[in-house]
Amino acid sequence: MTPPRLEHPFGQLIDRDAPVTFEFEGETVQGYEGDNVASALIGQGRWLISRSFKYHRPRGPLSLAGHDANTLIQTPTAANRLAEDLPALEQGAVSGQNYWGSLKTDYYAVLDRLGRFMPVGFYYRAFFKPRGVWRFWEKVIRNAAGLGVANLEVAPRYTDKQYLFCDVAIIGAGPAGLNAALTAAAGGAEVLLIDEQVRLGGALTYHRFTLEDDIRAQTLEALSNAVANHDKIRVLTDATCNAWFSDHYLPVFQGDRLYKVRATTCVLATGSSEQPVVFRNNDLPGVILCSALERLLMHHGVCPGGSAVILAGNDNAYLTAITATEAGLPIAAVVDLRPAPDDPTLIAALNERSIALYPNATVYEAHSDKSGLQLGAVTIHSIKSQGHVDAPILRVECQLLAMSAGYMPAYQLACHGGAKLAYHDDKSEFTLTQLPAGMLIAGSVNSVHNFNAVCADGRNAGRGALRALSLQTDSDETVYCEDKVNHPWPIFKHPKGREFVDFDEDLQIKDIINSARLGYRDIQLVKRYSTVGMGPSQGRHSALTTARLIANATERTVTETGVTTARPPVKPESLGVLAGRRFHPIRKTPMDERHRSLGAHMIPAGSWRRPAFYGEPQNRAACIAAEAQAVRTGVGMIDVSTLGGIELRGPDAAEFMNRVYTYGFLKQPVGKTRYAVLTNEQGVIIDDGVAARLADDHFYVTATTTGAAQVYSEMLRWNAQWRLDLDIAQVTSAFSAINVAGPFSRDVLEQAGCDIDLSAQGFPYLACREGLVAGIPARLMRVGFVGELGFELHVPSLLAQSLWDRLMSAGEPFNIKPFGVEAQRLLRLEKGHIIIGQDTDGMSHPGEIGLTWAINRKKPFFVGRRSVDILMSQPLKRQLVGFTLSPAAPKPEEGHLVLRDGDIVGTVTSCEYSPTLDKIIGLAYVHPADTQPGSQVTIRTAQGVCVQAPIATLPFYDPDTTRQQL
Amino acid sequence: MPLGLLKYGRGSDYPFERKPDLPGPRDLKSHYDVVIIGGGGHGVATAYYLAKHHGITNVAVLEKAYLGGGNTARNTAVIRSNYLTPEGVRFYSASVKLYENLANEFDFNIMYSQRGQLTLAHTDATVRAFRQRAEVNKHFGGRTELIDRQSIAELVPCLNLDPAQLPVLAGLWHQDGATARHDAVAWGYARGATQRGVELHQLTEVTGIESHAGQVTGVSTNRGKITCGSVIQAVAGHSAVMAQKAGFQLPIVAYPLQAMVTLPVKPFLNPLVSSSALHCYVQQTSRGEIVIGGGSDPYPLYNSRASLPLKESLIASAVDMFPFLSEMRLLRQWAGITDMTADYSPIMGLSPLKNYYLDAGWGTWGFKATPICGQTMAELVASGGQVPELIQPFHLERFDRFQQVNEMGATAASH
Repeated sequence: MTPPRLEHPFGQLIDRDAPVTFEFEGETVQGYEGDNVASALIGQGRWLISRSFKYHRPRGPLSLAGHDANTLIQTPTAANRLAEDLPALEQGAVSGQNYWGSLKTDYYAVLDRLGRFMPVGFYYRAFFKPRGVWRFWEKVIRNAAGLGVANLEVAPRYTDKQYLFCDVAIIGAGPAGLNAALTAAAGGAEVLLIDEQVRLGGALTYHRFTLEDDIRAQTLEALSNAVANHDKIRVLTDATCNAWFSDHYLPVFQGDRLYKVRATTCVLATGSSEQPVVFRNNDLPGVILCSALERLLMHHGVCPGGSAVILAGNDNAYLTAITATEAGLPIAAVVDLRPAPDDPTLIAALNERSIALYPNATVYEAHSDKSGLQLGAVTIHSIKSQGHVDAPILRVECQLLAMSAGYMPAYQLACHGGAKLAYHDDKSEFTLTQLPAGMLIAGSVNSVHNFNAVCADGRNAGRGALRALSLQTDSDETVYCEDKVNHPWPIFKHPKGREFVDFDEDLQIKDIINSARLGYRDIQLVKRYSTVGMGPSQGRHSALTTARLIANATERTVTETGVTTARPPVKPESLGVLAGRRFHPIRKTPMDERHRSLGAHMIPAGSWRRPAFYGEPQNRAACIAAEAQAVRTGVGMIDVSTLGGIELRGPDAAEFMNRVYTYGFLKQPVGKTRYAVLTNEQGVIIDDGVAARLADDHFYVTATTTGAAQVYSEMLRWNAQWRLDLDIAQVTSAFSAINVAGPFSRDVLEQAGCDIDLSAQGFPYLACREGLVAGIPARLMRVGFVGELGFELHVPSLLAQSLWDRLMSAGEPFNIKPFGVEAQRLLRLEKGHIIIGQDTDGMSHPGEIGLTWAINRKKPFFVGRRSVDILMSQPLKRQLVGFTLSPAAPKPEEGHLVLRDGDIVGTVTSCEYSPTLDKIIGLAYVHPADTQPGSQVTIRTAQGVCVQAPIATLPFYDPDTTRQQL
Repeated sequence: MPLGLLKYGRGSDYPFERKPDLPGPRDLKSHYDVVIIGGGGHGVATAYYLAKHHGITNVAVLEKAYLGGGNTARNTAVIRSNYLTPEGVRFYSASVKLYENLANEFDFNIMYSQRGQLTLAHTDATVRAFRQRAEVNKHFGGRTELIDRQSIAELVPCLNLDPAQLPVLAGLWHQDGATARHDAVAWGYARGATQRGVELHQLTEVTGIESHAGQVTGVSTNRGKITCGSVIQAVAGHSAVMAQKAGFQLPIVAYPLQAMVTLPVKPFLNPLVSSSALHCYVQQTSRGEIVIGGGSDPYPLYNSRASLPLKESLIASAVDMFPFLSEMRLLRQWAGITDMTADYSPIMGLSPLKNYYLDAGWGTWGFKATPICGQTMAELVASGGQVPELIQPFHLERFDRFQQVNEMGATAASH
């Protein structure tokens, strides 16, 4: 049995031939394709969809526009999804949320009865006395708060993103937006038209605009056909423009895709949110907005059972009554907050249809039916004065109440761009002002409500966009709209309360007023204290009422009171779609495959991956020891391609080097390398490397793996000021490098074939040469980071893997062993070489770490010179030194503290067991008085065990530095 | 239900204490002993301690917008003391201690919630740095330790330990880490201060600083001029701008800092979790929302606009850490302006202008310092310029004298 629906012209969005079913709260629900979960449920007479945030009151749809929190439900994968945003077609089993028991019988509903003990902000006033009890209450409150339940097992789905560009982005495809789009496109602009609904037309798809309903259908057809057939208009329906960011950068969510739209200009035709009347029990399921009823009828063909009462604050509500009558919904009464409608013919129209009209009256209280879960009746009172009523006129049994107190412009996007809201007392309406440059607004968001005026306003916005694009257009039409659509005070306080201002947060009139009485007078403080507007719908239906109530309570104007800041997004948006594919690029050296096939354990080094050591993690120590042993006694090779490479070429290259690095470079001979230290303007060491002078006007400098990008950008920054004559190029990726180190390294190169004289005389320590190695063009540097005879070979990256292979085979007779970062760290520590970033921190200056020799004494300038000089002239606060311990001692870990008389004086920066020396060796910052070899320092190791470590002379290994100079 | 709530049930519409929390607007006097510029947490906390500890109540707190509306309202409410330097750890530990008792002292629940803070290390360099922080913290009595993957998994079972090709190696577990209702901190201080006679003037913007012979004599405002004995500037986000009005420069660069929040769900996450490599910070509020924050924007700006690129990258990191967040919905994003100093420590104490005191350079670490900051600034002013020992390291001249207190490694995205 499929549920009955209204015939054409009702139910335009559903396919009556395609019934669908899903489960809600374990019960099967039937609907049609085109239905959403909410419309299908109402189609079967079910209004109850959720429980409210604080009092667990039964709630049903209010706006059916995706603009309120009353229909938040739980799906198997997600919490907090709006029932009217979920197509009935795709759902399996969904349910209500935020209840204990069942949706119908929620034991937490007792909180509704206890409500009077929980005034606004009650949690600030209790739960903390006596001291310590908060810990208990906090758990209780946390469990009661929250709405749905997150499914912790779901994995991210595939979603994607696309950039779009257009001349004009038009948000909202109602009558204003459609007219704006056609005008702009006719004038030659590329238009992107974006709308939340699945079908173009906005209110034209459900609202009749005139008593006779003689313009809606044909206007809709004409406009949407013209737009659909226009080759300069691209349409995105079922798509939400969720924010306005600087320079018209618009995120548009359509299903699982995020469009990032850059527009030259944009037109907001976003319409307005219909506003509820505030009276007792205005939150009962079955109490809805007039537009929601129109959507139910026109979009889904759902005619709710029973009879309805219309509560009108404007003429539009009368039109809703007429539409409902045509659909066969009995209207028990139209209750008008005003003495009479503006259009007197509406009275006759009601009379013709035998609908009772109660002018100057309001629904003062709604009553639930026997179930307590939905509307059963309303009590109508006549209005005595603003917000006050006389004795009841009558009680009307009804199952539906549709209301319209007026409209609030959909101001969010405009306010993201800095627009302000001003209140007009004559129309009781907020209007947008101070729009950002290049933004236009049209239609009801621009406070234009008359149908013809809305269309003209849309065309004018199209013209405005053309002018902003410097395209030809004709002059604006006069837009004339006197329609008053907002009632000035649709707020009726009841002695028993429960007149909800904010449905999301369960806030009643007294909660808002009491916030102001307690001193939280600023609208922002009212929000923060009462939480009004903080819920899922971000104040769409509460901001106007709150502004009026607070203005009244604090004797200010509504404009002065204002509304709280609108922040992105307009509607709650999917984190998964925002995250997208989560691109995490990693960099691989050309030898990456080789490392992996050799069983390397790879670790991150910035965005690179490097071998820590070769072998299984459980054999870590043995692997590292063996690799180190190979370098000390035989030969090893390490991939150092991740080192930064920077080329400096030009007549001023030496001058530039001399200004950037601390050492002197003007007189550096061609064919020599120098250690290059970089300080910042605070005199702190930020990077180091080796500078090779390949020609008078050509330096090749290395930088640390993680520092390379920063060094390069600093160089560019400085030369943007200095304007020296040179080119600076980052060649980190263009060059790859291998360091061959160990007593047999020379033999390996010779074995591989090398056209350079590799002898100690022909290629001495710290020299650099260019030539062929194994037929591959290479830059060779004799450097000694690990403290053995060694050659660093820099070659074009395309040839690096081949060089690796040839060196491996050339090294075979010498048992060459690749070594990783860990062995390198150990070897350099034995040699007393520091690693910038490990043995230095954000305060280390050259004096503290024994690098004064790397500072040129004479040159007047380098970056940081002044600071370095000042720092060097001050007494040192700490100094980096070497220490040793017997292998049996508790091994300090890097990061452990150095203490002196119980105070922290420094920290251990490097510490390893050295198999070569059979000692624990390390570097640490210590008090300057304790730096003499033989002094003892106290290091607090794991579990607080203190060890006394003697200071050692650096380097630990090969103190005379003979090995690397062989 | 606690008994404290029963009194509200008597049925009247306005069942509240006779006195409001905050007094209504009033005229400015022509003279105050002390003027505090900035009605954020720091400003009202200073006023509170001036009145409470030192009996100085002829005090005006001048706020250009509304109480606690700047960075007090915008921060993500992290309270912790697991810093790197002894100076920093001592200072923030004192603040944590004050926080613990604040609700009872105020008789106003700030919802202080000691849930612990976990920071993830993905590289061995970070592990080294964390070990040092843990050691420094323990040295000063803090509860901080380096924990391994297994312990992390037990602490936060829903955390992805291998996010973004950056396996978690270890974590810095700071048991003292906490959060609180940030607005309530400002309200509690303002309530306590105004009850003791301090005047809070909202919508009162200081437009100029008056001085004579190197000494501050008053301030001009959009509501007229005031003379005063001393001035404290506590305007996080605009410190350098205000100092310029007072005639000197501060070594501060302002960067926007963004944060965002999801729709509320039932509690699943107790500790505050952040990742050093992903520059992302995630916690669940007592309302059930997930608050997500990260590093500052990449370029300086005096503007609290939100941006899309930062949102995309931050949310991507959050989803890497907690994959199931992909099915949750983002409700709101916002920004504050952070006054960054070169060493990631504040600037507190004396200024070049006599009797003009600085409470500035609060970067991303201002909220957690609110109580100790108020207490020490009050002491400073009450003593006529004797700088309390706890804040001596944060003096302005440190930047000229190369005496910086470097907290860069302990700040970043952990806030």
